[in-house]
Amino acid sequence: MPSDRIFGLITLITAVAYLAAATQIQTNMFSGEYLPKLFPLLIGGVAAVCSFVILFKPDPDPDWPASRTWIAMGIAVLVLAIYSVLLKPLGFLAPTAIAAGILSFQISPRAGPAALAGLGLSLGLFVLFKYALGLGNIVAYRIPTAAKLWEAISILIPFVGH
Amino acid sequence: MDLLANLALGFSVALSPYTLFLAVCGCFLGTIIGALPGLGPSNGVAILIPITFTLGLDATSALVLMTSVYYGAMYGGRISSILLNIPGDEPALMTTLDGYPMAKQGRAGDALVLSGVASFVGALLATIGLMLLAPTLARVAFLFGPAEYFALYLLAFCTLGGMASNNQAKAAIAACIGLGIATIGVDSSSGLPRLTGGNLHLFDGVDFLVAIVGLFAIAEVFFFIESHGLGSSIGVKLEKVTIPWKDIFETKWTMLRSSGVGFIAGILPGAGASLGSFLAYMTEKAIAGEKGGFGTGVPKGVAAPEAGNNAAAGGALVPMLTLGVPGSGTTAVLLALLMTLNITPGPTLFTERPEVVWGLIASLLIANFVLLLMNVPMVKIFVKVLMVPAWILLPGVTMISFVGIFSLSGSFFDLLLMVAFGVLGYFLRKLDVPTVPVILGILLGGNMEDALRRAMTLSDGEVSYLFSSPIATGLWIAAIVGFVAPMFLRKILKKPQAITD
Repeated sequence: MPSDRIFGLITLITAVAYLAAATQIQTNMFSGEYLPKLFPLLIGGVAAVCSFVILFKPDPDPDWPASRTWIAMGIAVLVLAIYSVLLKPLGFLAPTAIAAGILSFQISPRAGPAALAGLGLSLGLFVLFKYALGLGNIVAYRIPTAAKLWEAISILIPFVGH
Repeated sequence: MDLLANLALGFSVALSPYTLFLAVCGCFLGTIIGALPGLGPSNGVAILIPITFTLGLDATSALVLMTSVYYGAMYGGRISSILLNIPGDEPALMTTLDGYPMAKQGRAGDALVLSGVASFVGALLATIGLMLLAPTLARVAFLFGPAEYFALYLLAFCTLGGMASNNQAKAAIAACIGLGIATIGVDSSSGLPRLTGGNLHLFDGVDFLVAIVGLFAIAEVFFFIESHGLGSSIGVKLEKVTIPWKDIFETKWTMLRSSGVGFIAGILPGAGASLGSFLAYMTEKAIAGEKGGFGTGVPKGVAAPEAGNNAAAGGALVPMLTLGVPGSGTTAVLLALLMTLNITPGPTLFTERPEVVWGLIASLLIANFVLLLMNVPMVKIFVKVLMVPAWILLPGVTMISFVGIFSLSGSFFDLLLMVAFGVLGYFLRKLDVPTVPVILGILLGGNMEDALRRAMTLSDGEVSYLFSSPIATGLWIAAIVGFVAPMFLRKILKKPQAITD
């Protein structure tokens, strides 16, 4: 019950924000005054109505995982986010080995096999992508300058990055 | 004979040694993708699209490869359903009901071969149905104007939400999320950015591949972290595999009926394969009655959903090719593939680019035979794939997804967006909000809005124009019935729950 009410509230707030943004859409003489706004306004309206239905007729709660699992999933999200920004400045091999290893450890917590899985996947996939499939834009490794590394990481920090 | 001439054209495109080789590769890869628990057809095709794109294949080759993967994954889904009691995707759920009990009785090999044959019958009949029906429907589709298309898109979202989910409001919200995301980007008529929040990366809009891979593949990682990779070891033994001629012969009418039911369910825009396997199973259960023993591991209970599922997969291609409205989640992904290859599905596709349509149909037929030949003798090899532990499989799939999306644009932004979609997908699925409407919304939002705009421009803002023609009115009524009726039918047609040990 509470999770559906929270979900309904979040979607309602999003829908209202979306509607507000939709009324602010810029128009010009080519598009006419209301055509670019019409469809977003319709969607926002339907979403708001559905949010109310979910708010007032919630389903039973799903089985949420225990707090330890939440931490594991949080780590996984963080690792994937850091991996996303480091893939370019550091190249493929090192970030992939570390990210795959950590993910593997989150699924089955045994350090040895997880480390091996990370290394194996990183090397194996690199050979597969680079030589078997010929994806040119994968680079094995790069040595970045400290400034470049900071630039990449700062993307993830709100209000600092771009 | 028009049909034969067209087929000859199709085979002349699809039957070169190179495309045959691609078809075999695709079938093999697809079966593995389908068999791996947690990697369904939509998932697998979505991950492979960016990679095929960077391989630089031409349109026909890419299409042959991906449709083989698609059909292969439909075949492969039954392996994990039968042996592990884990459906690879939603439509395979019905196969677990009788497949898993049958495997526990020591007849795993029989169940696998029988379901392979049923898949073949369903898919073959559906492909033939597609050949017969699609050109006719393509001619009807010429009558569709913007008002009719708008109503048709609405129908797709309504039936998808109505039949494929447990809660109408949640399905509608899912569709709104997708459609809302589709409106982000530079507006087509004014040339000004909309709803981007000033973020330069969003001016191009959100690529649906990023959303698909995030919602399906990345979200799966979180589910495996939650379950700690448990439940993916084989519980039943697979002994020698022989061909159960008797069972195949006894289930011949079941297979034929289920193929028909599945095909019709597949044609309905938005309803798709889940409905096909569900209706096929329920019909056979009703025909067999109490004595049929459905749910205890009877051959008919294995053959019916598999034939229905694969027939629906073929049927779903009819609205997808003729109208550009996909009938299921996986066909939505195929539609995404066509769009990346710069092929616009619709009635004109049949007249302007017949080689693409008939090449596709021919490659479906080829893929079907390849899959039957591959699946019966080689089923033991595919079963071996299930031994890959989750702690290697899931990080591997994730890394492949990252490389695939990275190769699209080479930008960190798409990767971050994909992770965000993964998180969104986890929460949506946890809360029983279907994710397929989100995908469909992102994919069709632009077209749906265009149809609405054109209708409004044509009628000078007159709303009643949307209901003016008989076709449009019919579609509106069907959409409303498709959305509302399941609320009442849900009590009568209760979905059978998955069996647990």
